[in-house]
Amino acid sequence: MQKEVMFAGFGGQGILLSAKLLAHAAMNQGAEVMWIPSYGPEMRGGTAYCTVIVSDRLIGSPIVKNPTHLVAMNRPSLEKFAPVVKSDGVVMINSSLIPVRSGRDDVDELIVPANDAAIEVGSVRCANIIAVAAFAARSKMVDLEILRECVKSQFASKAKLIPLNMAAFDKGLELAEGK
Amino acid sequence: MAKVLMKGNEAIGEAAIRAGCLNYFAYPITPQSEVAEYLAKRLPEAGGTFVQGESEVAVGYMIFGAAACGERVMTTSSSPGVSLMSEAISYIAGARCPAVFVNIMRGGPGLGGILPSQGDYFQATKGGGHGDYHMLVMAPDGVQEAVEMTMQAFPLAEKYRGPVMIMGDGMIGQMMEPVEFPEDLYVPPTNKDEWATNGMDTRKSDTKNIVKSLYLDPTVLNDHNLLLKSQYDRMKEEEVRFENYNTDGDYQALIVSYGTMSRVCKTAIDEMKAQGLEIGMVRPKTLFPFPEKAIHDAASKPGCKVVVSIEMSMGQMVEDVERVVKGKTPVQWYGQCGGEVPTPQKVMEHIQSLLNS
Repeated sequence: MQKEVMFAGFGGQGILLSAKLLAHAAMNQGAEVMWIPSYGPEMRGGTAYCTVIVSDRLIGSPIVKNPTHLVAMNRPSLEKFAPVVKSDGVVMINSSLIPVRSGRDDVDELIVPANDAAIEVGSVRCANIIAVAAFAARSKMVDLEILRECVKSQFASKAKLIPLNMAAFDKGLELAEGK
Repeated sequence: MAKVLMKGNEAIGEAAIRAGCLNYFAYPITPQSEVAEYLAKRLPEAGGTFVQGESEVAVGYMIFGAAACGERVMTTSSSPGVSLMSEAISYIAGARCPAVFVNIMRGGPGLGGILPSQGDYFQATKGGGHGDYHMLVMAPDGVQEAVEMTMQAFPLAEKYRGPVMIMGDGMIGQMMEPVEFPEDLYVPPTNKDEWATNGMDTRKSDTKNIVKSLYLDPTVLNDHNLLLKSQYDRMKEEEVRFENYNTDGDYQALIVSYGTMSRVCKTAIDEMKAQGLEIGMVRPKTLFPFPEKAIHDAASKPGCKVVVSIEMSMGQMVEDVERVVKGKTPVQWYGQCGGEVPTPQKVMEHIQSLLNS
């Protein structure tokens, strides 16, 4: 069984880190993983996207045209990638910056005001942690406690940021449950 | 050791340190700059030296100098940078110095683009620099293999006393996969006293070592060329590496593909198998020496109607495939350039259309 997640947004939103945390958690659970960033000219135009592939066997192609799930952090990303997500996938929409919806009735839309919630917990910079936590909770792709440990270890060298990111993580879980 | 999640570029840098390489010279270029970024931090911690050259031309000769002194040395670059180093590579091959070159290929010719490509196959396997020389060229298909090949490259460069190249592409450099660094791949240097200009203080032999590539006497140069040829012949005997994929049973077509492209082909082969269409693949892990017999034998299997060399180039490896298939089976090329890696879907459509035509 293979699942692919497209993380997309603009530069500075922490897209690559969100994707890395998901890949790291899946690896710690024993899965085969691949993390494929965009590094080409589109990145230099301000958009960033990154694919994570998680599988129970060796992963073949790094090229994915129809991902299982999408985490869209800005409007151009949603408009570009929502049409190619597979049926029944999770489409996470950062509603703080995206006033529209996917226009699909065959996907599971997860509406998360990631930027607003991040400001609420202390810094807009942790919107990516809220997003990855909310996405993981809804998609059930990885164990949430393992993911939480990966977030902690990511910030191990900047320990003063751990409480903020843990608060963001919890906020993400809460938003995924629609509380 | 537990697996760690690393970018291909960073993993190559770490693998070099684990292989005992403490000398790294480079000039930044996308998509391999993370090797330099990683080693700029890690190498001093490990007791090594990183010098960023003023250009790839200079870096090539820094490599030559360190290699001549018997030091394990590596550089990494991408296509246009490797062109600039090619003169030095020829000198290093001529002077029989061991050194490791990594090419994380990008689109070309000229400055081309920065996305993945396999357009430097000819350059790596047929020359690049002038004169009668070859490099041992290894092509990893992912981060783990990039680590293993980088660690193996140093002892292989010493065994054959010449440049060894790791041919990756932008995808392998940029992506992250879980990796381990196998400790048993470390091999200590053994033979450098026989040739290195490493000073007489601790050397066991008392003969004077001279590193040079100039031989004005034609008979002496001919003997030198024969000696080099004997090394390349020995590589063909001892170092050919490849992977067979889905070749145990019968198959209607055989794919030959390497690196990132071969990963895409594996997915395509799995999907075609699920639809009842059997396709085999030989994946060269060494581009020089080329897996001649493996490809010839796989192409000659009854039922195999066509051999397709699938590459991110406009048809380079296909010439070697044609050479080794020797007309037994028709050979075709399929590929794409510019940095767009063909999707599994495109590979499937191409194979199916070939078999239906």
